[in-house]
Amino acid sequence: MSDLSELYQQVILDHNKKPRNFRILEGANRKAEGVNPLCGDQLVVYLDVEDDVVKDISFEGSGCAISKAAASMMTQSVKGKTRKEAETLFEEFHQMVTGELDEEATPNTLGRLTIFSGVREFPARVKCASLSWHTMHAALNGEQVVSTES
Amino acid sequence: MIEFGDIMVAIEKAGESGKGTLESVDWDVEHVREDFPVLRQHVNGRPLVYLDNAASSQVPQVVIDRGSRYLEEEHSNIHRGVHYLSQRATTAYEGAREKVKRFINARDVKECIFVRGCTEGINLVMHGYGRKFVGPGDEVVISTLEHHSNIVPWQMLCEEKGAKLRVIPMNDAGELLLDEYNALLNERTKLVAVGHISNALGTINPVKEMIATAHKQGIPVLIDGAQGVPHLTVDVQDLDCDFYAFSGHKMFAPTGSGVIYGKREWLEQMTPFQGGGDMIRTVTFEKTTYAGLPNKFEAGTPAIASQIGLGAAIDYLNSIGRERAFQYEHELLSYATERIGPIDGIKLIGTAREKASVLSFTIDGVHPHDIGTILDQEGIAVRAGHHCAQPVMHRLGVPATARASFAFYNTRAEIDALALAIEKVIEVFA
Repeated sequence: MSDLSELYQQVILDHNKKPRNFRILEGANRKAEGVNPLCGDQLVVYLDVEDDVVKDISFEGSGCAISKAAASMMTQSVKGKTRKEAETLFEEFHQMVTGELDEEATPNTLGRLTIFSGVREFPARVKCASLSWHTMHAALNGEQVVSTES
Repeated sequence: MIEFGDIMVAIEKAGESGKGTLESVDWDVEHVREDFPVLRQHVNGRPLVYLDNAASSQVPQVVIDRGSRYLEEEHSNIHRGVHYLSQRATTAYEGAREKVKRFINARDVKECIFVRGCTEGINLVMHGYGRKFVGPGDEVVISTLEHHSNIVPWQMLCEEKGAKLRVIPMNDAGELLLDEYNALLNERTKLVAVGHISNALGTINPVKEMIATAHKQGIPVLIDGAQGVPHLTVDVQDLDCDFYAFSGHKMFAPTGSGVIYGKREWLEQMTPFQGGGDMIRTVTFEKTTYAGLPNKFEAGTPAIASQIGLGAAIDYLNSIGRERAFQYEHELLSYATERIGPIDGIKLIGTAREKASVLSFTIDGVHPHDIGTILDQEGIAVRAGHHCAQPVMHRLGVPATARASFAFYNTRAEIDALALAIEKVIEVFA
């Protein structure tokens, strides 16, 4: 059961139960909706971007534990970052969960987000982990809606 | 933590106690399981427990062998060659159609059109009947319980024609409200399209009664039988439905096989679905005349091996005794309902009085997708999600459910394994 406990680590379960920054962001100047039509997950990411810095970020929606915890931790990691830093995190996270980045061998800025590395052993769940990141990326770039199946 | 060993012990115990005492229908499930090679494997180190039959059922060896024999000895194009192989292929293909006719008790073999699956069958009626007979201001009636395949084609038609889609509501148990249904029908209603059995909840709809009600006003009725044919004996003459669509891959045949039954008087009036080879009588650049039934609706080379496989699956179902198989499935559903329902934190979704072997459920605080992943680690295959029936989920106020769906080769021991794995899910998320 090592794989399973790798996927459902305590930190992930905790963020699922008590998602951080889980609210509508008053005064957001960007937002995007992310949907996964295959499983029905759907969330909205709100951003307050000023002078190219993510001053504040939040999300709301419904989804599985992996997607909710990933969104929660995404908001924590991106808050206060420059747009460029946020995009780098997005790239690195995406590469990690799809198995293109060995987070232990290659220098990266992921920090505690490496907790999601176990997701790559579960191909059916990669989109759950990356949905909020794609949505944040879309919001940063002024897109309104992003789908895992487009 | 509940360990794998506990589950195995439970399976063995259930296996012992299950024999003779619990089984009221005479059904040798272990013997039947031997017919299905896919069930012999292990997944994630556990014996495969396949409970996703409403999505696609498994294929018995005799059906696999029949498809192989076609490919090894008979493969050729049908309805074309004067040569030996083409005649053999045509005979086998048309033989499968004859089996379908008897299986659903159609009046005439020409009323059984081979299609790629249930979805294609419904789309064929949408194009052939809907685009010809539905106009601006007309109405098409469907139900809240429909699979997307029996919603989207009608939505597309209504949008194109300026017609209106009307929806039969349901109660919290997942039963259609028949009074509301009766009230929806009027002189503008051009078609009723309703599922025989709900794929998401298992509700068996009273379609015979609903068809009779529609016919009083001269309204034709299409039945989406994707979940109907695997669990009920279907007699299209007794139902008196105008159309009945189903897929082979949910009734132990390969994917790519399926049937749309239509009453001859409708099929003859309808325009062809696709144009191409095999569906014509004569072609000139000025004018094409169409072939008669069923070829008019079967343009191009079909999935010959799959449809022959469907014929073999029908033979198989007849050989094992369909009625007893259905009775056994019903007992499995009752057992699963009693076994899973009372678990703390479980909510059964869909509690209709008339139900087929589907157990849809949620667990407090756990998303169905996570349930699906953890069960998969135990070798248990279930469906997690909206089951291509998002309006049902909206109506019941859940984003998704986990769904265990049973076939006659499942066992009580497998349901025990499911129950233990569910307890494990609850433990992980405690």
